[in-house]
Amino acid sequence: MSAALDPATVSPPKSDIILSARGLTKRFSGFVAVHEVDIDVERGTIHALIGPNGAGKTTFFNLLTKFLLPSAGTITLNDRDITRLSAADIARRGLVRSFQISAVFPQLSVLENVRIALQRRRGDSFDFWRPQHVLAAFDEEATARIDEVGLSVYLHEPAGELSYGRKRALEIATTLALEPEMLLLDEPMAGMAQEDVTRISALIRKISANRTILMVEHNLSVVADLSDRITVLARGQVLAEGSYADVSQNERVIEAYIGAGNE
Amino acid sequence: MTTPSETEIIAPVAARHVGTPRHHIAIFAGLLVLLLIAPFVLYPVFVMKVLCFALFASALNLLLGFGGLLSFGHAAFFGSASYVAAHAAKVWGLNPEIAILLGVFTAALLGLAIGALAIKRQGIYFAMVTLAFAQMVYFLAVQAPFTGGEDGIQAVPRGRLFGLIDLSSDFTLYFVVLAIVFGGILGIYRIIHSPFGQVLKAIRDNEPRSISLGYKVERYKLAVFVMSASLAGLAGATKAIVFQLSSLTDVYWSMSGEVVLMTLLGGMGTVFGPLVGAAVIVTMESYLAGFGAWVTVIQGVIFVASVMLFREGIVGVIAKWLKKPL
Repeated sequence: MSAALDPATVSPPKSDIILSARGLTKRFSGFVAVHEVDIDVERGTIHALIGPNGAGKTTFFNLLTKFLLPSAGTITLNDRDITRLSAADIARRGLVRSFQISAVFPQLSVLENVRIALQRRRGDSFDFWRPQHVLAAFDEEATARIDEVGLSVYLHEPAGELSYGRKRALEIATTLALEPEMLLLDEPMAGMAQEDVTRISALIRKISANRTILMVEHNLSVVADLSDRITVLARGQVLAEGSYADVSQNERVIEAYIGAGNE
Repeated sequence: MTTPSETEIIAPVAARHVGTPRHHIAIFAGLLVLLLIAPFVLYPVFVMKVLCFALFASALNLLLGFGGLLSFGHAAFFGSASYVAAHAAKVWGLNPEIAILLGVFTAALLGLAIGALAIKRQGIYFAMVTLAFAQMVYFLAVQAPFTGGEDGIQAVPRGRLFGLIDLSSDFTLYFVVLAIVFGGILGIYRIIHSPFGQVLKAIRDNEPRSISLGYKVERYKLAVFVMSASLAGLAGATKAIVFQLSSLTDVYWSMSGEVVLMTLLGGMGTVFGPLVGAAVIVTMESYLAGFGAWVTVIQGVIFVASVMLFREGIVGVIAKWLKKPL
């Protein structure tokens, strides 16, 4: 029902879809948070998911990243059904998410934070008998990643002591260390000061160069600036989809945003 | 220091994180010297008791301080290993090292069973599941014929180590216990500072994030649970040989509580905190024994005071002062 809503949003040829969901539904005892949502994310694009509060964005996001199990529907990543895989499994397939609140390991140093991601390349780290020095092999690459986001001076600081914006930058460095094919960013700008927003926006644009990004974001100017395509959710359903110009003029979208308060 | 670096530029970075911190080596060495002198100054059985509890508390700390999992049922592992070791030494007449190993094995199996179910829950529910299972183990210990019920297993022979060294002298036994406990604690130190330990700390700090990086956290949690249970078993089995006794106290819930108290008082998530906590609590119990039931009240007051005044525990506070991890 989503694509048919708005004739202006003619879908591009679906030749190169990396992530796709069909009829995705999540019910919480008696309440449908996400109702039969279809989405196709094209490879190499920045796709934004917006909608008023309570639209089901975060639930939908958690479904895609397997932090919640769907009540119905399917999810495919690179044409493979991932509906039943665990969250850790999909991360191993190159779909890595971020969280609304900054997700660092507060008691580990900045270096160790990034190294945790690099350490995944060794496979599982069940070797409890080996000294930690074996991880020094990742230090050089970790340092380079940290340098990229401008945190080299904090290399040995505990991540918990960084400012909010720097935590987010560290989070991005950690995520990129996994070299994910696709990133799911959950409100990357939430709670940020304007200067941080500008910095993280630039960072997102930079890292989108050869990957796909799906993000939930409230800051509409960021969405307008960054996204190639936007899906608007309201009350758990897709309201509209298209470019920013399209959806921002869509009457139903305007109504959902402005009318949300006085129903 | 020991790892060849690719370039000169990153060498200082690598150097800082390679190898065991010097102050840790110094503390371990100092501790060993003190413990080698201790039996000449203090009553060896008392120091052995402290050692056993130091290992027990360190085992719990591995799970709580580094895995972020609060078990309220560790007496189950401590106690069951103690019973099995006592039974093996007394009834089967096995050598003490075999009896202790059987105890550890029992604790490991029990840890695998209880852990597999408990790690499916988080936080307070995890603690409650471990407590519930520990109570079941306690019930079995009360009912099972081989545990001796209220009497426990008494007069357990200390036997001969490897069939050669007679352990009936407290003095000889002391050095064996010291070797076991020190070895156990060094083992824990290595676990904490291994690639496995690194992932463990990440899971403790932020579990959803660890999952999103592709770690199968349940396996790590189960692994550390079994390790912690086995080491608690090592402590319990050793204690049974030292005191020649295994009793219901070892599996009772208050034992689980006491070891949590030792860990928190000493400093959870520190290497040396549980040792300090165990020493303080055991000393208090021994020297305040004259107060009878009031010991519990005094312990309670100390616990409340320590939680209110220094949440990081004794060693945690010192580490903060020194700005060095201890």
